[in-house]
Amino acid sequence: MANKFFISPSPHVHGDDSTRGIMADVILALVPALVVSTWVLGFNVLLITAVSVVSCVLFEYLIQKYMLRGRTTVGDLSAVVTGVLLAFNLPASIPWWIVVIGAFVAIGIGKMTFGGLGKNPFNPALTGRIFLLIAYPVQMTSFAVVPAHGSVDAFSGATMLTQIKESGMGIMDNVDFMQMLGGVMNGSMGEIGALALILGGIYLLWRKVITWHIPVAVLGTMAVFAAFAGMGHGSLVYELPLFHLLAGGALLGAIFMATDYSTSPMTHRGMLIYGVGIGALTMIIRLWGSYPEGMSFAIFIMNATVPLINKYCRPVRFGVKTKK
Amino acid sequence: MKTFPIGGIHPSDNKQWSRAKAIEVLDLPDVVTIPLAQHIGAPAAVKVAKGDKVLTGQLIGESSGFMSANIHSPISGTVTAVDMAVNGQGLRQMMVTIKREGDEWVDTIDRTDTLLRECTLGPKEIIAKIKEAGVVGMGGATFPTHVKLSIPDGCKADILIINGVECEPYLTSDYRTMLERGEQMLVGVEILMKAVGVERAVVGVENNKPDAIAHLRELVAKGGYKGIEIMPLKVRYPQGGEKQLIAAVTGRQVPPPPALPIHVGAVVCNASTTVAVYEAVQKNKPLIERVVTITGKQIKDTHNFLTRMGTPVETLIERAGGLPEGDVKVLNGGPMMGRAMVNLASPVTKGCSGVTVISGDEATRGEASACIKCAKCVAACPMGLEPYLISKISRKKLWDAAEQHNVTDCIECGCCSFSCPANIPLLDYIRLGKQTVMGIIRARAAKK
Repeated sequence: MANKFFISPSPHVHGDDSTRGIMADVILALVPALVVSTWVLGFNVLLITAVSVVSCVLFEYLIQKYMLRGRTTVGDLSAVVTGVLLAFNLPASIPWWIVVIGAFVAIGIGKMTFGGLGKNPFNPALTGRIFLLIAYPVQMTSFAVVPAHGSVDAFSGATMLTQIKESGMGIMDNVDFMQMLGGVMNGSMGEIGALALILGGIYLLWRKVITWHIPVAVLGTMAVFAAFAGMGHGSLVYELPLFHLLAGGALLGAIFMATDYSTSPMTHRGMLIYGVGIGALTMIIRLWGSYPEGMSFAIFIMNATVPLINKYCRPVRFGVKTKK
Repeated sequence: MKTFPIGGIHPSDNKQWSRAKAIEVLDLPDVVTIPLAQHIGAPAAVKVAKGDKVLTGQLIGESSGFMSANIHSPISGTVTAVDMAVNGQGLRQMMVTIKREGDEWVDTIDRTDTLLRECTLGPKEIIAKIKEAGVVGMGGATFPTHVKLSIPDGCKADILIINGVECEPYLTSDYRTMLERGEQMLVGVEILMKAVGVERAVVGVENNKPDAIAHLRELVAKGGYKGIEIMPLKVRYPQGGEKQLIAAVTGRQVPPPPALPIHVGAVVCNASTTVAVYEAVQKNKPLIERVVTITGKQIKDTHNFLTRMGTPVETLIERAGGLPEGDVKVLNGGPMMGRAMVNLASPVTKGCSGVTVISGDEATRGEASACIKCAKCVAACPMGLEPYLISKISRKKLWDAAEQHNVTDCIECGCCSFSCPANIPLLDYIRLGKQTVMGIIRARAAKK
């Protein structure tokens, strides 16, 4: 009998999770939002996403192969996730060459300079997006007019958050929440399909890729802030929280960007603190800052606090809490 | 339904391969090799020499210290060697080799099946008999049972917990023992309650063994066993860990080392060990045989064998239809905490609850990649540690930092490595860190 014997320390079995599998789950969870976005904003969405994904993967491959001269790990699909998320943070009308630059910043500077997967302190896709926002502010904030579908009228070029920033709460009278939920509004490619994003979030929770802590903390904090802002304005105390959760990058950020493993805390307690921080900073920027949207900056700032949070939010050691 | 408070995982239990197989007596081996260390602590002092005739159940190794245990001959015959031999892990240790001639027992041992319920002995006498019989923890840890039952001064037990959890995947020896030798176990529980002076005992059984739970409950009701509760527990690994089981059953958490279960008033004893206690006290029978599960996905004829100690592991494998072709890993124990064997000629010992054969792709480890900080290991750790961090610290030999991060709390359950999507062998490094730090702590204590 031909046997090959193996020995190793325990454990001798392994769970079903793999890095590649987790990344594949995240990609799958982003598909519904991609579909909604393509339906609302047109075929260009797919094109931009493709450019972004291909550039991200290519940059990672080239850097690993020719600059670091080490093993290439593009097979783990993490660069694909970064590519999709970067695209989701861009307007559909963006020129393709800007996307390539964004991908280079995301992968090259945001990820590989720190040592690659798991070692980057800042979310790579966000690093790319924020760089582009500063370098190409015009292209990054001009949103194509949403073409009319069925009975829905065409939208103007401004996002809901820009409208409320410029025109004040008066616009709330004309907000159709059902349209916002379905994604018929303006914004970056991936942030508009609220229902699709929530669906993706449920999938990730079900697959145990993420836990509820970060999304709930982010969105909950935002809702509380918005409710305070809406207080004394009649029904706005209910409507404003809903508006802020559906508009802009709230859902995309809370479910897909803030939950990025390497840039979020390691314990549930830490995740809650981190989530509350993101929610609060987002709303401070949205309500009182000069930018209409604050999600990217909020996540970016809280990314920087993660090592500190990890240091102070340790898991509770078994045996310390004694019940008698 | 109760369970332990933090961490834990749900590995496939794979008990279906052997759970329906009733305990079968394995043919007596022709030659046995008996290690003098089958327990934690000092090896037993050898009492026989080459050429001696021995009877089944005769003392051949005597407990040589506070933390040690007696060893008895599992067969009758002639001692052919007292020498160093290679054990299952490839390490050399002192063993007694005996060639079998018939099966003649020491005449004080009661070999009948009659259930003896009555026990008139006092706690001290009970513990003395358990010590005499060389009973040690049969769940794998092999902690001498008489040491565990000797309550230190200033401590008091208020609950006895019987570990019928068997959370280790594949293994079914405790399960079959509870089903087929439940009465003996319950009498054993009564004896143990008397030994440690408690009024209450809980038998913790995971909910994936509903028939064992129902069977034991019926026996308790029929036999009028007082103070014994059969408690179903929610399936979750590592519930059979002593600290996890105490927390699951009582809600009390044993403080970090060096605290012991007795500091929260609990004494824990494994189900098979409890049957051994019954036999030791009521039947004068030393621990010379045990139930061993031989199992694996590709094992043709899985079994739960009643095996004499010292039987070569390969005999069990042959009786189960041999090893499957190709890549294999043979484990002494189950897949989560069992030890990979290099020498299949090595003997079954007191702590061997099963032989698991892992085959095919599962026999090899996946390639490790970068830590993605997913925090799955932190969520899985039942001791509230940060496996990703202490693993890294240990790899970098930062022993002070490892100590600060409580590396010595680790129970080596393997939840972290199991759940790591990057396939990082977290526990390998943590084990290294734990052993090194424990050495440093001992050296520090010795200096004082």
